[in-house]
Amino acid sequence: MKPLSLLRHSFEHGVHPAHHKAQTEDLPIQRVPFVKDYVMPLGQHIGVPSRAVVVAGERVRRGQIIAEPGGFVSTALHSPVTGTIREVGNFRGADGRFAPAIAIEADPFATQQVDAGAAQDWESLSLEKFIEAVQMAGIVGLGGAAFPSHVKLSVPDGVRIRHLLVNGAECEPYLTNDHRLMVERPDALLDGAEIVRQKLGAEETIIGVESNKPDAIEIIRRHIQPGQPVRVVPLKVKYPQGAEKMMIKSVFGKEVPAGQLPRDVEVNVNNVGTIVAIADYFLRGLPLIERVLTVAGPGVTYPANLVVPLGTPVREVVRFCGGLKGESREIIMGGPMMGRPIASLDVPVLKGCSGVLVFTEAETARRKEYPCISCGRCLEACPYFLNPSRLARLSRARMYDAMKAYHVFDCVECGCCTFACPSSIPIVQLIRTAKDDLTHRKEPEE
Amino acid sequence: MNSLLIAPAIMAGIGLLFGAILAIAQRFLKVDEDPRIEATNAMLPGTNCGACGQPGCLPFAEKLVAGKVEPGQCTVSSDDDIERIAEFLNVDAGRKEKLVARLRCGGGARQAHQIAEYQGFEGCRAAAVVSGGGKGCAWGCLGLADCEAACTFDAIHMNANGLPQVDTEKCTACPDCSAACPRDLFELVPLKQNLYVQCNIPLAGAAARQLCSVACDACGKCVADAAPGLIHMENNLPVIDYSAGGPARPDAVFRCATHSIVWLEGEQFQEQESRRAGVR
Repeated sequence: MKPLSLLRHSFEHGVHPAHHKAQTEDLPIQRVPFVKDYVMPLGQHIGVPSRAVVVAGERVRRGQIIAEPGGFVSTALHSPVTGTIREVGNFRGADGRFAPAIAIEADPFATQQVDAGAAQDWESLSLEKFIEAVQMAGIVGLGGAAFPSHVKLSVPDGVRIRHLLVNGAECEPYLTNDHRLMVERPDALLDGAEIVRQKLGAEETIIGVESNKPDAIEIIRRHIQPGQPVRVVPLKVKYPQGAEKMMIKSVFGKEVPAGQLPRDVEVNVNNVGTIVAIADYFLRGLPLIERVLTVAGPGVTYPANLVVPLGTPVREVVRFCGGLKGESREIIMGGPMMGRPIASLDVPVLKGCSGVLVFTEAETARRKEYPCISCGRCLEACPYFLNPSRLARLSRARMYDAMKAYHVFDCVECGCCTFACPSSIPIVQLIRTAKDDLTHRKEPEE
Repeated sequence: MNSLLIAPAIMAGIGLLFGAILAIAQRFLKVDEDPRIEATNAMLPGTNCGACGQPGCLPFAEKLVAGKVEPGQCTVSSDDDIERIAEFLNVDAGRKEKLVARLRCGGGARQAHQIAEYQGFEGCRAAAVVSGGGKGCAWGCLGLADCEAACTFDAIHMNANGLPQVDTEKCTACPDCSAACPRDLFELVPLKQNLYVQCNIPLAGAAARQLCSVACDACGKCVADAAPGLIHMENNLPVIDYSAGGPARPDAVFRCATHSIVWLEGEQFQEQESRRAGVR
């Protein structure tokens, strides 16, 4: 640990992409009107897909459970809208594959009042009941990974959590949804953090915010009650400050070793969106049926921060924002560094979708690729201290098995190496290809 | 003068001693290797492809001599070579039916509908992890030649339509292409089986036709036209069961509106190339 890095609240390596946040950072969150068709994929979180508990033709109310958890690492799904189940079948998801999903047709005459339970007396809930409630509320990590939150909150016996770290870094360029949430709903954020902190038995809540959001830092600080064990820590503006292991290093100066989790250094990290969702469920009875996302990029007519019911087709979200400009070329779900391009506008907004970004020819034209000149910039950029250059070369030679020795599975695909590469080598794509081959390759029989 | 001779004398003495030890060892510890293994190995193609299930040609030769495998399990050798080996070892040739790799997709660039343009590393698996490439069909050939690169026999080449053309002469039915394909589209099929389903879309009706002009829309006409029991529908695709039904005849393909079930004589996609079948 270098004491200097702790003073600056930063980590080693990483890159400095342009923010591009000015487009939407001052725009208040708006609500997207209801549309006709919704598609809720059963596997929109990491882990086992949910199990549908409704059949075609059934009437559902907004907020009603439509799918149960399929296992422990799985969550419930709730109808984002009052209407009729059109079909339980296969629909195209964001990854281009067809996967089981529930299609719902909204009732145009319904009031769309949420079929929410009452606020819960969370203080008297036992830890097991609390974790079960989080699972049944369908809450997952809203930062982008969509990892079921109740799994993260289930701390094994003997492990002590001392700090709850709330991740408000939002280090991805263009995205401002977490920023707006912190500015507009600081009370919900602090209430949610208090619930999680007490349930985990942590001593202190630390809200980490990149210092390019001074208004968010100021507003949260103003709402902290006297005596509340909450601290807001401004962090250095650097990508990937919002990666949980990087943030722990920035705030505490501790490194989480490869293969270990934040709880091994007595920390639990949750995104601000997740914390607000927990507050909404326990204080207002609202399950996870909608999320905040940013629609931005040079190809969008009216960029915005929106509350979107889950399952809304991206087409409708973009239409609400005035549609695409003529020169639009690429649509990315998530941030520009880690998000994935979508091949169809019909794919629905998922729990893990933090943004819809539209880019034009100018940003997406593929730069000419040159051979690797062994300059080492990717090594200096990699926050996990891997050797991206070697990994890319091995992947290109299809020597996927050899990549395991170079810790390919420690790569989180943050994109720093590709960003830093002067030869425009698609390093992250090569690594993703190798990971896909290693996890899905069909072994020959015999 | 004397001292000059001592060193060579010692060296000669050591040489004689070790020579004697080696001579004794040769007499008492000799391992009899079957000379037939070397001879058999020389008759094998020496490509070490692994299609026979053994790590290479020499281990295959060892098992051949031991009688644990049959010469016919080598898919690379020609019929004459197999016969020669069988004669030499005085065993049954056990010639297996020739298998070739067939692609369960006929949707090339001219048939499968594009919904997006893929830019990025040129490889099927790379495209498959980015929203499944540009084709609307999520089950078909991506056309970026991972199989061509994986084939060690130069048997696969991409044709003008963006589909891998398998040279049935060169194909040895090793499973390399099948392992490389991220959509798992290659099947090892007997060359003599002419009836083949060239589609992998588990959708029915218009939903399938929307994705590709040569998609199987699960109409079931081929099932009705073929000998009873030969073809049945499974997961919205026809499955041909050569063991259960009667003789396979081209009748089954005549009424297929989308040309997704085909009668193959030799290589795939030949007819498609010449007639441009299924092009709208």
